[in-house]
Amino acid sequence: MELLGEGKKVLLGNEAITRGALEAGVDVATTYPGTPSSEIADSFSAVARYLKKSGRKVPFYFQYSVNEKVALEFAAAASHSGLRALTCMKHVGVNVASDALMTYAYVGCKGGHVIVTADDPSCHSSQNEQDNRMYARFASLPMLEPSSAQEAKDMTIAAFELSEELALPVFLRTTTRISHMRGVVELHPLPTKERHGSFEKGGLTVTVPDVARKLHPVLLEKMEKARHISNESPLNRIEGTGDFGIITGGAAYNYAREAVDDLDVPCAILKLGMSHPLPDEKILAFLKACNKVLVVEELEPFIEEQVKALARDHHIDIPIYGKEFGGLKRYYEHNIDIVTAAVAELFGIETDKKENPAPSIAPRPPVLCPGCPHRATYYAVTQVAPKDTIYPTDIGCYTLGLLPPYKTADFLLCMGSSVGTACGFSETTDQKVVAFIGDSTFYHSGIPPLVNAVHHNHNFVLAILDNSTTAMTGHQPHPGTPLDGMWEPAVPMDLEKVVRGLGVTHVEVIDPRNIEEAKEAFKRALDFEGLSVVISKAPCILLERKAAKERKLYTINQETCRKCKICITKFACPAFYFEGEDIKINPALCSGCGVCPQICPFDAIEVVQ
Amino acid sequence: MKQSVVIAGVGGQGVLTAANILAKAALKEGHNVIASELHGMAQRGGDVECTVRIGTVFSPIVADETADAIIAFEPLEALRNLKKVKRDGVVITDINPIIPPLISIGLGSYEPLESIFDTIASHCRLIKIDADELARKAGSILTKNVVMLGAFHALHVMPLREESIIAVIKETIKEKYVDMNMNAFAMGKEAVQQKDI
Repeated sequence: MELLGEGKKVLLGNEAITRGALEAGVDVATTYPGTPSSEIADSFSAVARYLKKSGRKVPFYFQYSVNEKVALEFAAAASHSGLRALTCMKHVGVNVASDALMTYAYVGCKGGHVIVTADDPSCHSSQNEQDNRMYARFASLPMLEPSSAQEAKDMTIAAFELSEELALPVFLRTTTRISHMRGVVELHPLPTKERHGSFEKGGLTVTVPDVARKLHPVLLEKMEKARHISNESPLNRIEGTGDFGIITGGAAYNYAREAVDDLDVPCAILKLGMSHPLPDEKILAFLKACNKVLVVEELEPFIEEQVKALARDHHIDIPIYGKEFGGLKRYYEHNIDIVTAAVAELFGIETDKKENPAPSIAPRPPVLCPGCPHRATYYAVTQVAPKDTIYPTDIGCYTLGLLPPYKTADFLLCMGSSVGTACGFSETTDQKVVAFIGDSTFYHSGIPPLVNAVHHNHNFVLAILDNSTTAMTGHQPHPGTPLDGMWEPAVPMDLEKVVRGLGVTHVEVIDPRNIEEAKEAFKRALDFEGLSVVISKAPCILLERKAAKERKLYTINQETCRKCKICITKFACPAFYFEGEDIKINPALCSGCGVCPQICPFDAIEVVQ
Repeated sequence: MKQSVVIAGVGGQGVLTAANILAKAALKEGHNVIASELHGMAQRGGDVECTVRIGTVFSPIVADETADAIIAFEPLEALRNLKKVKRDGVVITDINPIIPPLISIGLGSYEPLESIFDTIASHCRLIKIDADELARKAGSILTKNVVMLGAFHALHVMPLREESIIAVIKETIKEKYVDMNMNAFAMGKEAVQQKDI
């Protein structure tokens, strides 16, 4: 297995983090999956599975926790039992974990604890592009930021050491372009060790007000120590010389480095690998050696504002530029072109404007896969629900119901928001409300708002789209699946029993691929006065296709086809296409789910014999 | 020295695997190499774009007009990434359109193929191959990415030896599919060599 190899390998940034943790002898790793962080955890799971298969001992415990808060709490307990722990999540996952996080900073840790936050500037697969460097400041926790796959590995190890030196959990922040970049990584030997945790009672670990008041100054002392470390740290380094300077870090460093190289300008670069706390003395010395300085960072002016405050406090009167200089924006990710324009402006260089030779191209957004059971659910619901029905939706593949022709997504904030907002919409409007949530998302944060709905007798339909996996992030297990992340047998929750146990009385379990059955069930649910739950249960087609020995294929009988186009305009399976006036099914895409023959009014869709 | 290649296509066509093979082959020959990919929502039939860069490079994404080549698994995706390629660079593309589902249901239209190829040819060098047909001849449409790698290799854009690429393909692909993929690589290479270069 490549991740357990030696020498030099091409690794994904996320894989390099896992390898770094293994080299650091990590004992416990926890997560809730989310792009762009998922491969960190998936690599732990794959290593565990590989070692087991080859009859070797797995040197760590790994868990796909029910949500990020539980993942963090689990790992905090491991750390307080003296073990090394890593918790990884996407940026918005830190919001979920933040209740634990803010007080965990007070309590601190024992065994090194690295919290990986994978941010997503430009929202490639996220609902916002929040800058989680703010969390490092908010919670008062150190943060390291790698710029390459090699640094992702090295800084993971450094973060464990820093965490133990300060007795504080340490953030490792990546962005999509670091998590999902491949680069050459030099591998070092893996330690052999045994895991023995033990908790010593009697510390300041129960955060009643009296204890919390004692702990806050302690945290600030630790961060003062961290500031000294930051000033001494080789992770904050100066490259090149020149009268002009650039302060940068993370992915932005890569663009600044190439911009300076390409423009061939004399420029000093202060690369900040430790972005919290900033190395104030190093920055002051850098400012004093420069005539003007440009801060290059994605999203918030996090470094810029602190550098400007430092300069003001120390009466350094040089121009310091950042956001809005040379086209640098506070939104979206940067790239070489954007940063080159800003660096060129800093040096007063004219650059050639690049023309886009093909400016308007039909978009190709992601869609529900051919054979995806969510399509059948959406088709059935829209056939029976009134036109003005409100569809609160949630985080998962099924958010793609937003696209025409289904348009079964009207409102989305975060994980679990479908159920909470359905409570609100049902009470404040006279419209019907049908909320959609996936099985993994339901376990993650859909249960408390369903309790709210039962207790207040809210009147809406909740469709739980149960495909028995966490599909969008790469098919991770969840509490409803019979195996866990270590590939050990796990207790699968019985979704229907959970829902009934919460007190929902109108509950139906359907297979949405039977369209008539699905339509009838949603009709009954919509007619029911009060809360109803429809569990729409069918496996993710990607998993089913992998498992299936052979599949049925469907074709359109051109003799009986009347070109009503319902299969394309209403059902919109991507396996269908026009060839001239004829509608055809692409056999490479057809999954053989068998739903389309049920929606064809002329029985023109037939099994290929 | 910097060299950059953009590999573009549609989710499920094996774009990521192709990029990974090139990156590993580059490391085999001692180059510094970085590559980019996108996961999650970017899949599911959406457009996929990967970059492979070797030399003194830091950014996983390439600046406009600086890629030495675009390897496109689908014509519209060649066009989408055209701004990335140098004016003296090359676009090598498959000729079989995959109609985006939104166009299938009547939202927008797919630009005529001839017009796509004209736009590319007026910008830089264009090489077209029917990789779908070659892949099927090699034994499976799934070998399309290796057909494209063979075709790309025949252009000698990157200083990579054939043995290195072949060795990585053999390491990457399941043993029972290796012969099929060796055929696919050879067919892609031959298709380009037959054109006037």
